[in-house]
Amino acid sequence: MHSTADQSRPWTFYALAAFFTLFVLFLYGPMIVIYVLSFQGPNGGLTFPLQGVSLHWFDALIKQERTGDIAGAFRRSIGLAAMVTVLTVVLSVMAGLAFRRRFAGAGLVFYMAIASLIMPGLFVSLGIGLVFQMLGVTPTWYGSALGAQLTWTLPYGLLIMFAVLGRFNRAYEEAASDLGASNWQRLRHVTLPIVLPGIIGVALFGFTLSYDEFPRTVLTSGSSNTLPLEIWAMTTDVTSPALFAVGTVTTVISFIVIGLALTSIALIERRRLRRVSSLDESSTVG
Amino acid sequence: MASDTRKGDIELVAVTKRFGDMVAVDNVSLRIPHGAYCCLLGPSGCGKTTILRMIAGHETPSQGDIRIGGESVAGQSPLRRGTAMMFQAYALFPHLSVLDNVAFSLKMRGLDREERQQQARELLTKVRLDHFADRLPAQLSGGQQQRVALARALITNPRVLLLDEPLSALDEYLRLRMRGELRRMQKQLGITFVHVTHTQLEAIAVADMLVVMDQGRIEQSSSPDKIYNTPRTAYVARFIGGQNVLSGKVESVSDGIATLRDAGGARLTAPVGNARPETGSQLYLSIRRDRVEVAKTAGNVADPGEANVVRGKVHSIEYQGSYAKVTIDLAQPEEFVANVSDVDFLRAPVEIGDDVLARWLPAHVRLLEGAGGSGDQRIYADAELI
Repeated sequence: MHSTADQSRPWTFYALAAFFTLFVLFLYGPMIVIYVLSFQGPNGGLTFPLQGVSLHWFDALIKQERTGDIAGAFRRSIGLAAMVTVLTVVLSVMAGLAFRRRFAGAGLVFYMAIASLIMPGLFVSLGIGLVFQMLGVTPTWYGSALGAQLTWTLPYGLLIMFAVLGRFNRAYEEAASDLGASNWQRLRHVTLPIVLPGIIGVALFGFTLSYDEFPRTVLTSGSSNTLPLEIWAMTTDVTSPALFAVGTVTTVISFIVIGLALTSIALIERRRLRRVSSLDESSTVG
Repeated sequence: MASDTRKGDIELVAVTKRFGDMVAVDNVSLRIPHGAYCCLLGPSGCGKTTILRMIAGHETPSQGDIRIGGESVAGQSPLRRGTAMMFQAYALFPHLSVLDNVAFSLKMRGLDREERQQQARELLTKVRLDHFADRLPAQLSGGQQQRVALARALITNPRVLLLDEPLSALDEYLRLRMRGELRRMQKQLGITFVHVTHTQLEAIAVADMLVVMDQGRIEQSSSPDKIYNTPRTAYVARFIGGQNVLSGKVESVSDGIATLRDAGGARLTAPVGNARPETGSQLYLSIRRDRVEVAKTAGNVADPGEANVVRGKVHSIEYQGSYAKVTIDLAQPEEFVANVSDVDFLRAPVEIGDDVLARWLPAHVRLLEGAGGSGDQRIYADAELI
């Protein structure tokens, strides 16, 4: 081969790098466009160029000028996501622990849970909406929509718990029993603290899946909209950059939630590591 | 709860444990006296860990009974049994500091923080780890983790300490050190230790009482020196190591001594006591490797005709400092090794490929019970013993 061949990268490197750049542009380009346009001046439109820079459209959003009940939709979405998160965490952790024993019908329950991941969300929504109507129960965001979203978040949470508990060494639990812990103490002082980072992962998943869930909510939330439904409605009748302001605000909220989750995982890890004392390593015996 | 008021003798009465169709422990009866250091020794899958876990209460026997201090412990929690277990790889709680790990049992009993931390500190001082109290287990070396595990188990004030492969997670150097430490600790505490291992050297070094197991059964249970000097079966002789197993067909028996002829035509003698083995039947014998003398011989010397002399070719030589391990190819398939003292070896060295005669005194021959088995080298891979 040529002597320079060792130093220069093969042509495939550049081809793949170009492809990756395109992919990143495709992924983030539209989002960045929306963030930029949400700072459009008061006289600007839905497209470039920017007519000055302002917070006008955020203001319009808060005052609900020519927009729907964004603030209410946001409150409902956060409330719904919080409920979904709590229920998903509690039920997935309990189910994950239960599945460690091969109880009768475990296989059936597992496949039924996974089946609801495969089912198209819109049909789940439609079915639940229909059943509520047949039973004469008014669909609400905190009732039927909550149930519809759980059909989506619970199987996810369960699968994550399988992975988390699969790596969990049962010897810790035996050691706890050996040292006189009751079943409850063992769960409280050993099992849950050790798998806590995994549980936070389940919570994060539950929250984000619920927060931007559209198909399973659209026919089950009744007369009040959640945020994704409200945004969808706005795309058809709001023609101002206030729409983009919604995008920017919801993205910021998502980042805050993810940030909180990652920070809490990091804090747990740090609290465990903080105990490092500045003791002399050389005094180590054995 | 003080251990001196409770007897830590353990009795297994016809204990069987099945996992589905698999019999892990097959009708085992065993008595371990109070204050003994007992080693359960055997290859993996022989049922030794299952026995340990049944004594601890982490497994329930399918049949039979387990008694500690004369009382049946069926259905009792580990704490009520007065047992404490040191797990393989220790299972220290990764999210708790060393101090909290040791104090865990006291916390479960509801002792207040100050009292349990004080007791835990006392035990940590005993294992010389008090200055690591605030660390996490992951920040300790293997040997330190082992001492934390020991302190954590001992804080329950057990009458029996159960150790599952306690040294397997350590490197060679620490293993040698910590086994002495365990032995010293056991004598100091005066409680019963039951230690599971698959390493012969480790078992012989620490135990007062050695239980050699195979396929869910006890092959031999005695003191290490008795087992080493008088293995009961060919399996024990091969597993415990340091032995040559030979076999031959009975030609004659007189005065409690049987004369055998081995596959290579050599004459062997074996003490048979009052037994009258049939002429032509196959008997198995063991001779310790360090009881065998090796001498070079000129190639075509006629058969010496003497008993307890075998002829072979030197296959390999390993110099070990105080002795040389000389492996000799005989007419029979089983490995034959002579451990020649360094003095003898250096005075009359042999080389690989030399024709040699190996001889031993009739008094050093042990008769083995039963059939010889296969001599599976896989199981005896680390049966290297002086």
